[in-house]
This record gives sequence, C-alpha cells and structure tokens, in this order.
Amino acid sequence: MREVAVIGVGMTKWGELWEKSLRQIFVETALLALDDAGVDRIDSLIVGSMSSGLFVGQEHVASLLADYLGQTPVPAARVESACASGGLALRMGFIEVASGMADIVLAGGVEKMTDVNGHEATYALGTAADQEYECFHGITFPGLYALIALAHMEKYGTTREQLAMVAVKNHDNGSLNPLAQFPFKITVDSVLSSVLVADPLRVLDCSPITDGAAAVVLCSVEMAKKLKKPIVKITGSGQATDTIALSSRKDITWLESTFQAAKKAYAMAGKKPEDIDIVEVHDCFTIAEICVTEALGLVEKGKGGKAVEEGLTALQGKIPVNASGGLKAKGHPVGATGVAQAVEIVKQLRGEAGPRQVKEAKVGLTQNMGGSGGSTVVHIFERA
Amino acid sequence: MPTPSRYWREIPQRYRLEAGKCRNCGFVAFPPRAICPACKAREFETITLADAGKILTYTIIRVPPQPFVDQAPYAMGIVELDDGVRLTGQIVDCDFEELKIGRRVKIEFRKIFQEGESGVIYYGYKFVPE
Ligand SMILES: [Zn+2]
Repeated sequence: MREVAVIGVGMTKWGELWEKSLRQIFVETALLALDDAGVDRIDSLIVGSMSSGLFVGQEHVASLLADYLGQTPVPAARVESACASGGLALRMGFIEVASGMADIVLAGGVEKMTDVNGHEATYALGTAADQEYECFHGITFPGLYALIALAHMEKYGTTREQLAMVAVKNHDNGSLNPLAQFPFKITVDSVLSSVLVADPLRVLDCSPITDGAAAVVLCSVEMAKKLKKPIVKITGSGQATDTIALSSRKDITWLESTFQAAKKAYAMAGKKPEDIDIVEVHDCFTIAEICVTEALGLVEKGKGGKAVEEGLTALQGKIPVNASGGLKAKGHPVGATGVAQAVEIVKQLRGEAGPRQVKEAKVGLTQNMGGSGGSTVVHIFERA
Repeated sequence: MPTPSRYWREIPQRYRLEAGKCRNCGFVAFPPRAICPACKAREFETITLADAGKILTYTIIRVPPQPFVDQAPYAMGIVELDDGVRLTGQIVDCDFEELKIGRRVKIEFRKIFQEGESGVIYYGYKFVPE
C-alpha cells in the first residue's frame, strides 16, 4: 500500500445558500481544493452525497460534478453512507491512491438541503433510519438521539446541563470559524430555554439544515514531495457498521460502529487514543458528541458528559474536540460533513487554523457517523 | 406515495409480531432475517413475540414527520419485551408525566397514521401501560 497525503483542502462559507445550486456549491469548493494543491487535473473524483435525489431531485451527481468541474472523462463515483457519506468519500479516495489505482484523487462531499421545505428535509434525513420499523412508527432523528440521551442520563448520570455544554463549547469554537453557518456564541441558559424538539433534546442540541460542500485532494506521499506541498499524511482509515435500527443494539448508549472503526484506524496508524492531539467528531446532536468521545476511547465509558463539564474537550483542553465548531455551529450539509472534518484537521496540522489553532497539533482524528450510528468512518492524520 | 404492496408485505410483523428464532443458537430476529447475525445459521422457526415488556428509554416527539402532524406531541420509546426483543413504537394512553424507564407496558394493535383524507390507513403495534 502506498502512503497517502492530503495536498489540498477547500471549503466555502456554509449556510442557507439560496442563490447557489448544488453544482455551483460543489465546484466552487472543489476549485479551492485544486488551487490549494496546485493541480488542475485529477485521475478520479469521489463525491459523498447522502440524498441529492430527495433534496434536489438529482441523481447521477458524480457524472454531473465531473462535468462541471471540467474533468470528464475521469472516473467519478458518488458514495453514500447517510451522514457518513463524506467520510466514506475520503476513505474511497484514500483506497484508490493507496492501491495505486489513481495518482491524484479529488474527494469531496456536498449537500444542498434548503431547496425543500422542513417536512421534506425531515423525511430525507429520516431515510437514514429503518423506514419500516422506526420511521413508520413516527420517530425522527432528534427522537432517536433523544432515546440515546435519556438512556445515557439514566445509566451514567449525565446531566441536561452537560448536554448543553457541548453546544456551548462548539459554538465558542465556531465563533472563531468565519466559514461556519452560526459563527457566534450561545449560553447554557439559551440552550436550556430553547424549544423542545424531542425530550430531553431542544433545538439548540441539534445540528442545523445546511447547504455546503468540502473537498480535499489526495495523492501519494512520494508525489506530494515532488510537488513541494505541505504534507499531511492519512495514516489510518477505519470503517464499520452496526444495526440500522437503534432498538436492535445491545447497549443503546454505546456506539459500537464508532468503536470498531476507530479500532481499525488506530491499529493501521499504530496510535492509541492518548496519542491524538485534536479531534473532529460527529456532533449531530449534543448527546452524540458525548457518546462518540467514549467510543473513541478518549474518555472512559459513561464519562463523556463529565469530560465536557471539566473542559477536557474545550479548545484549550487536553483533547480539543470540534475546534471547527462541529456540526452544531459549523453546520451539517450531511454529505459534506465528513470531508469538512478532514479539511479542519489538515488546516490544524499545517498550523493554518488562525484564532482556533490548537498548539502543537501533530496527530488528528476525524469521526463521521451515519444515522443513529449504523455506520462510522474514522481517519487519522499526521503532519509529515 | 408507496404502493399497497409495500404495506401488506410487512403485515406478518406489524399485525402478528412474527419473528424468526434461530434453530441453532436461539437468537430472535425481528423482523425475521435470512441469516443469524450471532451464529450465521440459516434455519429459523417462526415465533410470535411476547406481548408485554418494559420501557428502556423514551422521548416525546414535538416536531413530528408530516404523516404524524395531527398526533404531536406524542411519546415514543424502545421497549424490551419479556422475551428480550426490543421494539421502537409509540407509547399511548399514558400521560407524559407517567412515562418512566422500567415501566411495564403491553402491546396493542392500533392505527399508526393515514395518508390524507382518503388514503391508506396504516395499522401496527403500539405500547400502552399494563
Ligand atoms: Zn444463531
């Protein structure tokens, strides 16, 4: 297997981008990544998109985007693993370069979510759960994570305030990220007084509906050295699945797919949780970040809430989690999220993260999750 | 809108709680599977799930999906049946203040939702206090 480097990253301002189409958003972002890498052609394009069909009525987006990126006839593939589609695109790009099947790959993610109304968006997102045995009964994604949250509170004594502190921390970080959808701070009180969506989760526990894209350019480390680019290596890649229905899990509070994906990524990179300097995780809901830090082995089982309260995962803490603002403040265009996590880690490892720079960051990890944890993709990055 | 076939092919599970029990290791799959996730055996016998159990976790859906707008707010939970199988469903005929982890509930056959004024009416299982 060849060593793989990220040589270019691109992200544009996320939000409700009513004036821009899916193809515009993606191409603008992809061009930034190509410019950052200093290349104008690629061997392969991989695009993560959860549900372009339901959000904009367009399938076959791999071909569409290769076309609008001026790259036909390169091979292009769209990959889907619900909200982990972006992480999966990165992994597929990694595999293509590592295997020698392609030299330069653009791995991107995109979702254009505001062309439909709220009910249609809820429906599209709901398709990541079991349509016949969860959605049929009236559950929603906030509802599924609320079921996890209450179980976690009951089992480990996690508090309502600790959940709120995840959102507050991520907005603190997001206030330093000009590309974030919501680059401002919030307070624990504002979270606790925001409208209930699915008890105990309130609207400020939830990541938003977002239009956005992110892209990275990958090549072999050998080629990156010739291009004389700052090199960030991908040294670990892991992916795993779990039952699609939350109710089928042995422990509702435990994200086994994240644990398994991380185990593989740690093994490939030869790293342990304590070797990681900075982490971007899938905080689609505040409780998710708490469960993920536990499943990644960053904190003990059941101690995720306490870790936030003690500032362990804050920007200045021992293990900064979601320096970018996370899904909560940065936004969550589902297919783009996993790639944007990689963009943040690469910027941090290059020392280009500006006011939210984590000092001495040498090893970073991304965790991108689909549905209620039915799939996870984990990557480990190192400064060369 | 889905065709009726999408609905009626789930009837053995939604109306009769039919599950598959692995003949090799006893794992109960609901809905039934072709292969046992525990031991990979492919021989199953059809069994009927227990009709009561206890609430493992619950929530109150206040922002519902479109087909459920006229029902919100409503309670949903994951219930562990007495045979160990866990199901997601609505908890009805129960004040929200009475919801509690560990509370006993039983399964009843109820209307789940309907497609508009003249569309298909969907039925299935819900949980009510025992
Ligand atoms: Zn078996």
